[in-house]
Amino acid sequence: MKTNLNVDVHHLARVEGHGNIKVKVENGSLKEASWEVVETPRYFEFMLKGKHYTSAGILTARICGICSIGHCLASIRATENAFGITIPEAAQKLRLLAKHGETLQSHFLHLFFLAAPDFVGLPSAIPLVDLKPEIVALAQRLKGMGNRICDAVAGRTTHPVSLQVGGVAVMPDKQKLLDLKGELEGSLEAMKAVVELFKTFQIPDFVRETEFVSLKGEKDYPFIGGNIVSSDGKEMPEADYRKVTNEYVTPNNTSKWCKFSRASYAVGALARFNNNHKFLHPAAAAIAKELGLSPVSHNPFMNNVAQLIECVHAAHDSIRLIDEIVKMKPATQTMEKVQAKAGTGVGAVEVPRGILFHCYEYDKNGYIVKADCVIPTTQNNANIHFDMGSLVEKFASAENMTDEKLELLCSMLVRSYDPCISCSVH
Amino acid sequence: MRYLSIEPTKPKVAVFDFTSCEGCELQLANKEETLVDFLKAVEIVNFREVSSAKSDDYEIAFIEGAVSRSDEIERLKKIREKARVLVALGCCACYGGVNKLKNAFDLSTANREIYGNYPKDSMPVRAIKDVVPVDMEIPGCPVNKEEIERIIQHLLLDINYNFPVYPVCVECKQKFNVCMFEKGQLCLGPIARAGCSAPCPTGGLGCYGCRGPAADPNYDEFFEIARRRGFAEQEVNERLSFFGGFNGIAMGVQK
Repeated sequence: MKTNLNVDVHHLARVEGHGNIKVKVENGSLKEASWEVVETPRYFEFMLKGKHYTSAGILTARICGICSIGHCLASIRATENAFGITIPEAAQKLRLLAKHGETLQSHFLHLFFLAAPDFVGLPSAIPLVDLKPEIVALAQRLKGMGNRICDAVAGRTTHPVSLQVGGVAVMPDKQKLLDLKGELEGSLEAMKAVVELFKTFQIPDFVRETEFVSLKGEKDYPFIGGNIVSSDGKEMPEADYRKVTNEYVTPNNTSKWCKFSRASYAVGALARFNNNHKFLHPAAAAIAKELGLSPVSHNPFMNNVAQLIECVHAAHDSIRLIDEIVKMKPATQTMEKVQAKAGTGVGAVEVPRGILFHCYEYDKNGYIVKADCVIPTTQNNANIHFDMGSLVEKFASAENMTDEKLELLCSMLVRSYDPCISCSVH
Repeated sequence: MRYLSIEPTKPKVAVFDFTSCEGCELQLANKEETLVDFLKAVEIVNFREVSSAKSDDYEIAFIEGAVSRSDEIERLKKIREKARVLVALGCCACYGGVNKLKNAFDLSTANREIYGNYPKDSMPVRAIKDVVPVDMEIPGCPVNKEEIERIIQHLLLDINYNFPVYPVCVECKQKFNVCMFEKGQLCLGPIARAGCSAPCPTGGLGCYGCRGPAADPNYDEFFEIARRRGFAEQEVNERLSFFGGFNGIAMGVQK
């Protein structure tokens, strides 16, 4: 190990929210390697108290500007489970389509704008506007497509309006959906170009054995509701999420930390891939092979690759959903009648950064008595921290290691998780 | 590119985030069809969410989020010293946003319940203008990128930008929507400021007033409509306090 190394990153760039990295190697031994979340707390669980069920999804969407659709979906699912409501089939399909739109929007935002600059040695994607306009055009087109799906189905990309307790308020315009289908079909070729681009990226060679937690697919790659599964061989219903998450507070982080079978666990695209790869669309599975990702992968940097694979899956599945939705009769019901009642409900949804839980207790008039939200990045923060120690131990001894190179590696590690930090604190 | 024989400037722009969801910053990277034009019209020199390049040499600073911790006050004051124009971006920066809902409860109780033995540093939420002078406020939760583009065009040509003074109802009617009250939903459309193109009522959701009040809102008549339609004071007041833009306005309270 090189004798002395020092990394001190205040408010890491190209991630959502505020976190710091500190690494210290002295006389060849590791003194400190930490990931600290310093985001200001907003106390959402407290804000939810006394709120009417119609406002819960609107409020919790504001936990996160990138995955607001995911939060809204987890929120309304928790409420529907508390009230004992089953939503119409059309609404289920529309919600999944909105979910796919968000996955595409969020993953491509991360892959092109947040992660890719590290692999091409740039501070951001902005210089690419002049250097590589063809890459920017790809990014615009694919991320834009995700946003257009969200706009059409949820009424808006950031902070959706049509996803409501009972179903989806408005059936999207048929012609708009067919236009999107055409766009999705065309995007499959564009995604192949992204795969070629990713083949040129040097993914750091690093593994640390990790427990991966996600929803469990029964017949399909899972996105909304179902059982929770861990790569350590445990399974339980979504209502028992607290037995998995075991949140605890640490002195240096405004985000809580989580642990399940080990000191920490990971959620996100790589966890979903590791636990549910057999349900991927064949085209997505083929790309996994092409990019050298095989289950179970314990390399956190491969989360980038897993996100790209999920984009291909989401595009194919969106085409299927649109085909099914446009065949429905014009007057197809998309909203179920809602009757508030006292009770507790949990909603688990696989959002871009991993499994998300909302849990609400309601009084008989439909006002929230108690609320709990466990966010994907909250579940990842401890794992990022422990990965960092391992990463430094492995790479600090490399020849020609410098503070700058180590800073880049540690930053890339955090970015691989695509953390949503303000979300994790909420 | 010249317009009315004026050569537009290419200002150095910085974007900073405080207590928020960072969704308004994200809007700057959205509307992909004109993103390249947008990136060419300004010079982005500091924007932590999308770039690790950092410069303290900027003319326009966009501030997303509200202030809720003492270190944010210091950070904000330093930005104010450097920026020629300071713009509050989005509802949290303009009014405190949903974050402000926390001002209604006892913080030490919340801290104990959520963080147990390790309470975190926090203070009542304040809008940006309550901490430093603000040159322009762009409302919305989130902000509307089309409006941002219009504002940037005005800033580049040094022309004053006028926000709409009329209420959301005007834009909602232009979309041929059935009134949300007719659908049995509460809606702040009659008193909330437009400029958003009414996405919420169009998508089947009554307005929550994220852009604050329209000019000269007729609150008395609005409360009368809400009462006639059977909405309870609690529900109306929850809606009015949701985004922090209707400070001090409440149904059932004598002015």
